[in-house]
Amino acid sequence: MRAGSRALAIALPGMWLTLFFLIPFVIVLKISVAGTQLAVPPYTPLLEWVDGHLQVRLNLGNFLFLLKDSLYLDAFVSSLKVAGISTVLCLLIGYPMAYAIARSGSTWRNILLMLTILPFWTSSLVRVYAWMGLLRSNGPINNLLLSLGLIHEPLVMLQTNFAMYVGIVYSYLPFMILPLYANLEKHDPSLIEAAVDLGARPWRAFLQVTVPLSLPGVIAGSMLVFIPAVGEFVIPRLLGGTDSLMIGRVLWDEFFLNRDWPLASAVAICLLIALVLPIIVFQRYQSREVGAGAGP
Amino acid sequence: MASLASAPAEEPYIRLEKVTRAFGRFTAVDEVSLDIHRGEIFCLLGGSGCGKTTLLRMLAGFEQPTAGRIFIDGVDMAGVPPYERPVNMMFQSYALFPHMTVQQNVGFGLKQEGMPRAQREERVAQMLGIVKLTGFERRKPHQLSGGQRQRVALARALIKRPKLLLLDEPLGALDKKLREHTQFELLNIQERLGVTFVVVTHDQEEAMTLATRIGVMNQGRIVQVGTPHDIYEFPATRFVADFIGNVNLFEGRLIEDEPDHVIIESPQLGTPIYVGHGVSAAPQATVWAAVRPEKMVLSRESPQESFNKVPGVICEIAYVGDMSVYLVRLDSGGTLRITQANAYRHADERLAREERIWVSWHPSSVVVVTQ
Repeated sequence: MRAGSRALAIALPGMWLTLFFLIPFVIVLKISVAGTQLAVPPYTPLLEWVDGHLQVRLNLGNFLFLLKDSLYLDAFVSSLKVAGISTVLCLLIGYPMAYAIARSGSTWRNILLMLTILPFWTSSLVRVYAWMGLLRSNGPINNLLLSLGLIHEPLVMLQTNFAMYVGIVYSYLPFMILPLYANLEKHDPSLIEAAVDLGARPWRAFLQVTVPLSLPGVIAGSMLVFIPAVGEFVIPRLLGGTDSLMIGRVLWDEFFLNRDWPLASAVAICLLIALVLPIIVFQRYQSREVGAGAGP
Repeated sequence: MASLASAPAEEPYIRLEKVTRAFGRFTAVDEVSLDIHRGEIFCLLGGSGCGKTTLLRMLAGFEQPTAGRIFIDGVDMAGVPPYERPVNMMFQSYALFPHMTVQQNVGFGLKQEGMPRAQREERVAQMLGIVKLTGFERRKPHQLSGGQRQRVALARALIKRPKLLLLDEPLGALDKKLREHTQFELLNIQERLGVTFVVVTHDQEEAMTLATRIGVMNQGRIVQVGTPHDIYEFPATRFVADFIGNVNLFEGRLIEDEPDHVIIESPQLGTPIYVGHGVSAAPQATVWAAVRPEKMVLSRESPQESFNKVPGVICEIAYVGDMSVYLVRLDSGGTLRITQANAYRHADERLAREERIWVSWHPSSVVVVTQ
């Protein structure tokens, strides 16, 4: 009975993952080794029955092409850079916020957490459009600065890297704050008291005790920001300049403009592999932490 | 307080002057004045919420008194942050840094002082020797047993050679066998290093074995200060008598008040109580007579004396091994608790339930409290 219910409990998420993750992945993998053709669907089949022979056609040219044309590598590196900078910015802004939430009284804590999650109640696309309005040449920010006399002509903010980072950091900040908060909230306040009691000034106690103990939260938050930010397409497209080259945008172009599904799939597979590696590293780290925390 | 006279005549090491700490409308510590001397083990004993932990946290500097002053070694501690006080604390939860090894935990205080690594490691090794944890340097706290963690916490709190060590329920998390062992080890270390200890505990047994003096707290106030013996044998109030150990309390009136003896009439008991010493209370005043269970004697025949004896029936016997606890229902309706040591293995004369019995006690065993 118990074994049966356990199998069922595992089978449900297993089925979910198989249906919505594994099968689509296999399809994408299959397309990535196909050739292009003008047809519906726009790629050659993997298996073909020709004159009594079963032919398996693997086209690795897509992956080779990714290496040959520097566009893809450049886009990839630039995506990693944008995601990396965004992650660091989110961490710098999110850590103090998460710390403040974790340290506030229970009434304030719930209000602040609520406010952190509140933006999710609106579509992310709408929020990005709102930023477009805010950052426009005749938008409220420029108007305010002009009326204060701080600037004499409107700043060009839209369609720049600045606007793109604002958009990404704004959109992903809650994903940094929430895991950090979950970690910091569990810290035993007597640890800080013990450090201070032993002669550590408050900021040194923070650096020596709070920061190292919050590393799992830092890593989890950074993963949650970095991984989706690498493939981010909408924000660079709407807020960033035309020169912003993100892999998500390349993927979009290959798929919808060039209708080169196999090449787009190859890009997707490469992206996936590049992102799975840090996740595995994180998993290793976490299981070690869990093992360490399992003491009596 | 009676015991102050017995303390050494030097300047008190720690002095609390009318220290008060209020949280909103709730007064956790209420005008506590206290002197603690160098080398003492002073126990603050009281139930939960009596203010003992708040008092300890004020000594550590985590809380500031709303009124009153605290002196440590003659220095006023007002406005001195915890990291500048010559005080270290052993936390109830031990508060060991989970990400640091035993060596890093114990050496933490020295590192804050900027002591060079080599010198630090030497001091840590020495301290780990004292708490018998040599060889555990590289372990993390989660790889240690409860008793070992307790000793790491002690070593960490002692490494800076504080003038005053604060211990918050130091033995609370240990099992009974380990507690007894650790208790004596703690005394041993305290004697060796000559540090002044202030211990907070709700456990009277812990206070009795550790303390040179005990301060009993109730509702934010210190009700009695004295040696464990004083507190147990001469409780100043009903609260103290009742809180420390078990006691049989009888309400009554003074009907005879002489310098060398008094007689108390207690309707509850049904017999006059003869007390072998004078009592400072007004005649006819309401007083309480307290007799400890182990100071009462059970016998089948009526004792010779004409006072301090009552007949009753044994209604319950609890055998605890080294002693037995008897509950005796008196003919007057009250119940007495009496303990007798089980000195003989084959008690042929063992008392049985429902047996009629006489309970008696010596005139010197009675403590009279007026409040």
